Amino acid sequence: MSIGAAGPLIALAVVVVVFAALNPQFRTLGNVANILDAAAVLAVVTCGTTFVLLLGSIDLSAAGVMAASSLTVALLVENTRNDADYGVLGILVAVLLGAALGGLSGLLLVLLKVPSFMTTLGVSAVGLGIATLLFAGVQPGVVDAGLRGWATGRFLGFTHLTWIAAACVLVGWVVQRHTRLGRYAMAIGGAEEVLALSGVRVAPYKVAVFTMAGAFYGLGAVMVTSQLGSGVVQAGADYSFSAITAAVVGGTLLVGGRGGVLHSTVGVLLLTVLANGLVLVGVSPYVQGGVQGLIVVVAVAAAAAPLRHRNQVVK
Amino acid sequence: MSARPEAGPQPGTSAPPVLEVRGLVKTYPGVTALDGVDLQVRRNEVLGLAGENGAGKSTLLKALVGLVRPDAGEIHVRGERVRLRSVEDAADHGIGMVFQEQSLVPNLTAAENIVLGSEGPGVRRGFYRWATMRRLAQEQLDKIGSTIDPLARTDSLTFAERQMVEIAKVLRIEQRTHDTPVIILDEPTSVLEPGEIETLFEQVRRLREFASVIFVSHRLDEVLDVCDRVYVLRGGRAAGEIRPADAEPGQLHRMMIGSTAPEDHYHGGAAAPPATSRQPLLTVRGLTGTAFRDVDLDVGAGEIVAVVGVHGSGREELCKALFGAVATSAGEVALDGRKLSLTSPRAACAAGVGYVPAERKTEGMVGPMSVADNMTLAKQRVRCAGPVVVPKRQADVVDSWIRRLSIRTPGRRTAIGRLSGGNQQKVVLARWLVGGDVRLLLLDHPTRGLDVGARSEVYRLMRELAGNGVATLLLADSLEEAIGMADRVVVMSDGRVVAEVPCPADGKPSPLDLVKEMV
Repeated sequence: MSIGAAGPLIALAVVVVVFAALNPQFRTLGNVANILDAAAVLAVVTCGTTFVLLLGSIDLSAAGVMAASSLTVALLVENTRNDADYGVLGILVAVLLGAALGGLSGLLLVLLKVPSFMTTLGVSAVGLGIATLLFAGVQPGVVDAGLRGWATGRFLGFTHLTWIAAACVLVGWVVQRHTRLGRYAMAIGGAEEVLALSGVRVAPYKVAVFTMAGAFYGLGAVMVTSQLGSGVVQAGADYSFSAITAAVVGGTLLVGGRGGVLHSTVGVLLLTVLANGLVLVGVSPYVQGGVQGLIVVVAVAAAAAPLRHRNQVVK
Repeated sequence: MSARPEAGPQPGTSAPPVLEVRGLVKTYPGVTALDGVDLQVRRNEVLGLAGENGAGKSTLLKALVGLVRPDAGEIHVRGERVRLRSVEDAADHGIGMVFQEQSLVPNLTAAENIVLGSEGPGVRRGFYRWATMRRLAQEQLDKIGSTIDPLARTDSLTFAERQMVEIAKVLRIEQRTHDTPVIILDEPTSVLEPGEIETLFEQVRRLREFASVIFVSHRLDEVLDVCDRVYVLRGGRAAGEIRPADAEPGQLHRMMIGSTAPEDHYHGGAAAPPATSRQPLLTVRGLTGTAFRDVDLDVGAGEIVAVVGVHGSGREELCKALFGAVATSAGEVALDGRKLSLTSPRAACAAGVGYVPAERKTEGMVGPMSVADNMTLAKQRVRCAGPVVVPKRQADVVDSWIRRLSIRTPGRRTAIGRLSGGNQQKVVLARWLVGGDVRLLLLDHPTRGLDVGARSEVYRLMRELAGNGVATLLLADSLEEAIGMADRVVVMSDGRVVAEVPCPADGKPSPLDLVKEMV
């Protein structure tokens, strides 16, 4: 690993050391579990976004996809609005709905040649529309004990959400490192035309990547629903941009073919530790957002510094 | 090469050719790239393909790998007529090419690149089996005796190593035909160091044991060194065939250049260039950058100096560096006695330097913008009062230049992309003239892609500007153009100035003299 690639990891270490020195409460095991719990949903969503970014595409659909999946799962498990009680099956349907919406983004991209920025934005709106219809003015509360237990239950001191996120990162890493889908996603971002010249049909892999990303968003939505205890249209509100930010901060660049799931996860942890640490050291909540934004910009600029050259066009 | 295996007929025998091209024609609007090319590739031979830029080499190669569909003519592979529609098609017939711009996925391992698209047992149920991938790649690398680690990331390899990976990749087509494949190497030496070139030649000789090779290069010494036979292309036709063994020195040079009479149109009927004082306006001393070293160069006011050299000579980079567009590490440049800052194109513009880039469509103009906006792009002050564009002022300036350069356009508001190439180029040139302060013009292939008529108009304009005392540094499209236009020709090779040839109107050197210095 070159120094440039290790940058985000070093930044994470520095931030952790600084906060640990400033605040004894930051150093406690309980706080570590808190941070990981807070990072769980973003980590899962970022897994999906990372694969899209590896393609060199962008995905803004998380917000809408998560909204639709959140309402869906809340209405299919035991809830306060209807008599449904499908348990795990309901969770599966919510994840599959996410995958379907992701696949739709991918299909629109490869069939209509519409840039992913627009297709995913459109699909996000579709997802929000589905969620609003399902919501129908009455918020469905989750009664299902199993799903509620995702957020509250603990195993070896960490919440179940944390373990689910860890499993997702592991799955993501295996896909990226050891499957054709992951390797071709890398290759598409690296030099798509070379793949075409080697006789590979690229479009199916793109659709598959968007589908997989949608599934991650669906699972993320189920996790949020467990945390909130009800199906919420706003379930995924900030996740599209948070996930992209986390990925880029971690070294998964927007140009495609660079970085990966582990890089992005470092980015997720960096953002979460910042949010947690700034609260603990007593930075006013009014300036926290600003401070966090500044640190992110500096981190990205530092990561891109070795790649700069004269007359570079940046858009 | 005395111990050749018995298998496979020797080159030069009467066995049917592996690949035969008959009367191949390809025309693009305004250009005939291939004008009835005939070519035969025999089993286990290295066939050289030589020719100047624009001779049709790359079009021919593209036709052979299915990237270009010829308008007429036939391609026969092992005696059977084929139509090649894609790279895949060509590979199925055992024809593969190592592209000039390297075509590997940089962020994958060498092994993945080698088996890309035909992983076979390397992937099972979507999962990579790295040990198998490694073995498959190693088999290919072993064929060419390469010691590269198959699991190394491609962008961590040197250019020479990547080329080996590409050759190893192309060799996989062997499995599709079970017969002698045809491997095309397009300008394989252009990115290599001298030591690496020697290694490549060994590889080529090794390849000949089990493949036919088409070796393309504009370096004649290389072609003569490594090839069994050499075809020379000129103007889209096969100008002749040479056997290096019994080639007389200079023969290849003459075939490449032909015996065209010096063309008159460089002077556009204008009188002989004015004998301006040759006080150097531009002085370059010891300029060093990534692609050139210790360049000394003078250009006088009213003088046109052409820089010639093959691909990789560093002349394009030198031109960009003088405009501040690429970084330099050492050296001094002065314009009219004042030090010229090479920190940015902006500084160069302010000092009265103009630059016409080679890639007109991507670097020279903004296609959807109007003629007027393109023309005033670099000199906003001619159309502005403070920060505000004054339409009347812009109209006056632009219309007067449209008239003076007889730019054929429906009007100044027409998008420049809708004009013909020649008229576009005149607008790009006018960009440096509207300010009235241009001292030095850097012209990088200013006539590229223009037809004869448009060319002579650009030539006339260059003459006129030189007559007004503008110093011009010209990277010409062809040697004829360099000789025809220039007062002096500077030859660059491997990043250095190796010769300077005076080029007065009454004593032009022959292209042959220059080619000898270039290669």
